[in-house]
Amino acid sequence: MRVTTMHIDLPRSFTLKVAEENGVYASLKKALTQHKPDEIIQIVKASGLRGRGGAGFPAGGKWSFVPKTIPKPRYVVCNADESEPGTFKDRIILERDPHLLIEGCVLAAYAVESHQVYIYIRGEYGLSIQRVSDAVREAYKAGYLGKNILGSGFDCDLTVYAGAGAYICGEETGLLDSLEGKRGHPRLKPPFPAVVGLYGCPTVINNVETLASVPVILEKGAEWFASTGVKNASGPRIFAVSGHVNKPGLYELEMGKVTLRELIEDHCGGMRNGRKVKGVIPGGASTPFLNADELDVTLDFDAIQAKGSFMGSTAVIVMDETTCMVHAALILTRFFAHESCGQCTPCREGTHWAETILERFEHGGARKEDMDILLDIAAEMGGGRTICALADGAIGPIRSTIQKWQGDYESHVPGGCPQKGSLCEVSW
Amino acid sequence: MAHLSPETQEKIRDLKDKFPARRSAVLPSLHYAQAELGYLDDATLAEVAALLEVPQSMTTEVVSFYTMFDRQRRGKYKLEVCRNLSCALMGAKQLTQYLEKKLGVELGGTTSDGKFTLLETECLGACGYAPMMMVGPYFYEDLTRDKVDAIVGALAEDRDPPIRPAGFLEMDGETPKPIAKSSSASGEIRERLAVSKGKP
Repeated sequence: MRVTTMHIDLPRSFTLKVAEENGVYASLKKALTQHKPDEIIQIVKASGLRGRGGAGFPAGGKWSFVPKTIPKPRYVVCNADESEPGTFKDRIILERDPHLLIEGCVLAAYAVESHQVYIYIRGEYGLSIQRVSDAVREAYKAGYLGKNILGSGFDCDLTVYAGAGAYICGEETGLLDSLEGKRGHPRLKPPFPAVVGLYGCPTVINNVETLASVPVILEKGAEWFASTGVKNASGPRIFAVSGHVNKPGLYELEMGKVTLRELIEDHCGGMRNGRKVKGVIPGGASTPFLNADELDVTLDFDAIQAKGSFMGSTAVIVMDETTCMVHAALILTRFFAHESCGQCTPCREGTHWAETILERFEHGGARKEDMDILLDIAAEMGGGRTICALADGAIGPIRSTIQKWQGDYESHVPGGCPQKGSLCEVSW
Repeated sequence: MAHLSPETQEKIRDLKDKFPARRSAVLPSLHYAQAELGYLDDATLAEVAALLEVPQSMTTEVVSFYTMFDRQRRGKYKLEVCRNLSCALMGAKQLTQYLEKKLGVELGGTTSDGKFTLLETECLGACGYAPMMMVGPYFYEDLTRDKVDAIVGALAEDRDPPIRPAGFLEMDGETPKPIAKSSSASGEIRERLAVSKGKP
């Protein structure tokens, strides 16, 4: 079932011509002529569409929180700061179907009666920035953006904004600060962006894949979308699979209909070199690892949560039996320490000290009790002690690898990594 | 002392009132400045702030936060290798070590001819096509020794790599923008090197 990756295999799918030939902007035409803004919100609510960025918040709910009576501008912001390790799904939409995203953005703007959309794309996505910017120019020319869109009387401008390299700007309020030209520091909530967002005004912030899912909902109806997938998880999602599988890549699949094992074996052609699975990260670096006994979990929010992890950004990283889990945890912890914005002490200090201790496991000098110290640090970092969820995400890899692969840690005491710190046996 | 070209100055002035708040123009302006000069020194940060008519603290505080901004002169071509988990599982460390040996520099270093700077980055969103590196605006993915040799070999002679960057599919018939440059940006960098070091 393909919704947001429907056009990506077509030659020049990123051009307006190919997009229009394949039905992009038809939903916008329909919406502007047949629906009032509030009806769009109701339709998206009824569809059960949940955010595809990581937190899984209902999109229609987010839209309905935007007060339309405050005499201030309202903004729609598309979060295209895709940087959760393992995640490369939004990039395909940005590069190969930017018009679908623009259509979703204008629909969101129409629904909340906003006249300005920003698409915030991470600065490293050079081709995405180029393709989306070109598509925006085409869309203005064709009357899908600007004044009096398609003769409806609705005005909407769209600006592409490039980030400059910071994971934390994928956190929605960090993104807003960045868009305001500041360091990307997440904000205390409440107030939520729906009420006090960009430039202090009501703001809707949605992930790329979420917004790109909106046109099909208007085309085929809320009931249709809600009937796909499973309870609490309607529609398909793009699973971005990386690591030790034969065919890594993007797989757009209906939620809840496929297990992790089927994803690996049937869709990704099984494990490389016929090896066994050792561990899998199901939803990006912030989500706890699953082990080889947990592969029969279906891929939807509730089922994965029941296993103690999260669906997150549906970035599936698969590791085979040769993988050193201490090293995997070190790489991710070093990442979080590097990306912590530094506002909150538990996160700034916690990620740093966890990295230091994991380095000790890696390079020698670790003691057995260091595992307890790591768990202790993790406990002090998480559970709402920080402004944003980075710290909670950072403890996932630490805690889950200690719980599930204690032997890996023990084998590092005290001499360091028996595999000499390499995750890969390929020699160059 | 002003050192941004009149064209870049104009582009930055144009951004001044493009956003509801002046400050939003800071990041794009710094991108413009770095594209021209290759890096952002104190004088450039002051100049950008002056063009936007904002306090200099507003440019200084962001360059120290975002990793894409360079505070020091880099080589003509930055080779940025992703070091995060998916790439590490597929040989990112080996790729970096190979590049260190091939270029004769350590990670973070610049070759003595000023041509290449070798850097590691965090996840760049190419996890299914690992290992990868970023060169300028483009990604090179599914890297092998042969591909790396071809890319580095071409850039060493200021030719564009014979390998298509990621996202440029044959069926689209699109040509990537040239990354091998004799462009003003690198020209500018070399000129400054000549001033400070006495050689190109």
